[in-house]
Amino acid sequence: MVEHFVTPPQWEWYIVWYFFLGGIAGGVYALGAILRLMGDERDAPVARLAFLLSLPVLAVCPILLTLDLGRPLRFWHMMIDSRTFGLNFKYWSPMSVGVWVLLIFSLFALVSFLDALAGLRSSRASLLTGGLGRVFVIVGAVFGLFLAGYTGVLLSVSNQPIWSDTWALGALFLASGLSVAAATLSLVTRLGRHEQTAEAKLTRADRYFIVLELALLVVFFLSLGAAGSRFLAPRWMALWVVVLIGTLVPLALHFSTERRTPALLAAVLTLVGGLALRIVVVFGAQM
Amino acid sequence: MARTVGFFTDTTLCIGCKACEVACKEWNQLPGHAPEFGDGYDNTTQLDEQNWRHVQFHERTTAKGGVAWNMMSDVCKHCAMASCMEVCPTNAIIRTEFDTVYIQPNVCNGCRDCIAACPYHVIGFDEASGLARKCTFCYDRLQANLMPACAKACPTESIKFGELSTMREVAGARLNQLRGQGMAEARLYGEKEYGGLHALFLLTDKPEVYGLPPTESAVLPSRNNVRSYLGSLLTAVLGVAGAVFAFRDRGGKE
Repeated sequence: MVEHFVTPPQWEWYIVWYFFLGGIAGGVYALGAILRLMGDERDAPVARLAFLLSLPVLAVCPILLTLDLGRPLRFWHMMIDSRTFGLNFKYWSPMSVGVWVLLIFSLFALVSFLDALAGLRSSRASLLTGGLGRVFVIVGAVFGLFLAGYTGVLLSVSNQPIWSDTWALGALFLASGLSVAAATLSLVTRLGRHEQTAEAKLTRADRYFIVLELALLVVFFLSLGAAGSRFLAPRWMALWVVVLIGTLVPLALHFSTERRTPALLAAVLTLVGGLALRIVVVFGAQM
Repeated sequence: MARTVGFFTDTTLCIGCKACEVACKEWNQLPGHAPEFGDGYDNTTQLDEQNWRHVQFHERTTAKGGVAWNMMSDVCKHCAMASCMEVCPTNAIIRTEFDTVYIQPNVCNGCRDCIAACPYHVIGFDEASGLARKCTFCYDRLQANLMPACAKACPTESIKFGELSTMREVAGARLNQLRGQGMAEARLYGEKEYGGLHALFLLTDKPEVYGLPPTESAVLPSRNNVRSYLGSLLTAVLGVAGAVFAFRDRGGKE
């Protein structure tokens, strides 16, 4: 195990919320894309809803990141070298990569949002259904998935104990992001017209996501080894319990035959669990 | 004039006077934090945005059962392969013409990625300016052909300054001298770590005692890039496969 003496970077609530909302925005877009490409006509409204949802959630992300900077007005230094005015891109620095992914994904999310909005108003078919349209949403989904997962990689590419002691954080955040995205979509679907078949599909997909997340939680702790003992403090244990409730209970509810209330409860618990995961990972390594 | 400069801090000569800390703060106009009084003489406690030199006091029991201090004036190591510089997304952290590592205050935007990367607990976040700050190796003094303020002020020459190659020679000679005198525990730190540090230390205990990672732990943040991205890629494939499988099912039986 690597032994370092690192000062915590004081990444706190802005970053926790960015990780959470970035996971939702990227995950929801990816789910919308897969629903559009793989689902039938009954799924179309939910796919549209996913694209309508992704952009507003994503729009909050750069605001949070900018507010977290010591010098918010210099946010553009992330992309443009302030001395040479050339582009700044370091593929080996996830923060640098992430900024560009956020920007490029925003373009995909914006186009898909406008397309979904137009579809909502005129009830005409989406412009993104042809061959090029399919390629467009697939590429957008790849960027969305990257956004949902790279935040964990960013933490690992440091010398901070816990974060840099594991390779599983990016994977864990991505699995959790997909689960939280499915929960968000399921929750918002209920606010609109009840799309029973699409909802059942989301529930079924979320089973896979939760199983994936649980497996990665095990991998995360195994990869940490003795370093994981930091989480034995009561406050972190309490948060891990919330994470477990936010995964195990929804998983059990997804197999329940009783429909409406458990599904709502499952979605809410998944969201709370996803947030708790990011809180415990971000704060737990720094305190 | 391009030069490759270095510090050599000989901890066996440090008397804990903190002249280096004071000279550093004076020259760099660092107001410092309010002192923290514990049970020792260390009231600056760590390197951070205000303390660019920090004199550590480590109590140890001597062979005769007495108590003695190991003291060390700690500073930024200006690593040849610098973790802070590696992750910095704005390119605010540069290598100067003196081969030192410098945070450009007019470029840094306070993202603090460098703080999470530095394995030596060197960089601190300055709330007042919103910037990450650390030792500049007295960049302005070097440009004026002056030695860094800490080395200038050190009364025992525990902190030596010069060409890095000269510092390595001086450090090697001093190590041989001490070993020759029977100080078997004497060792050099900074020759191998991170491609060679620009701040060498002569220690009389294990590096970890002084808050320095052991040589085998001197690894860069980027070591985690490939395996972390691969883990994420595998998860993405499994997640998408799960979603495709779930969404393709047209039964809607549930």
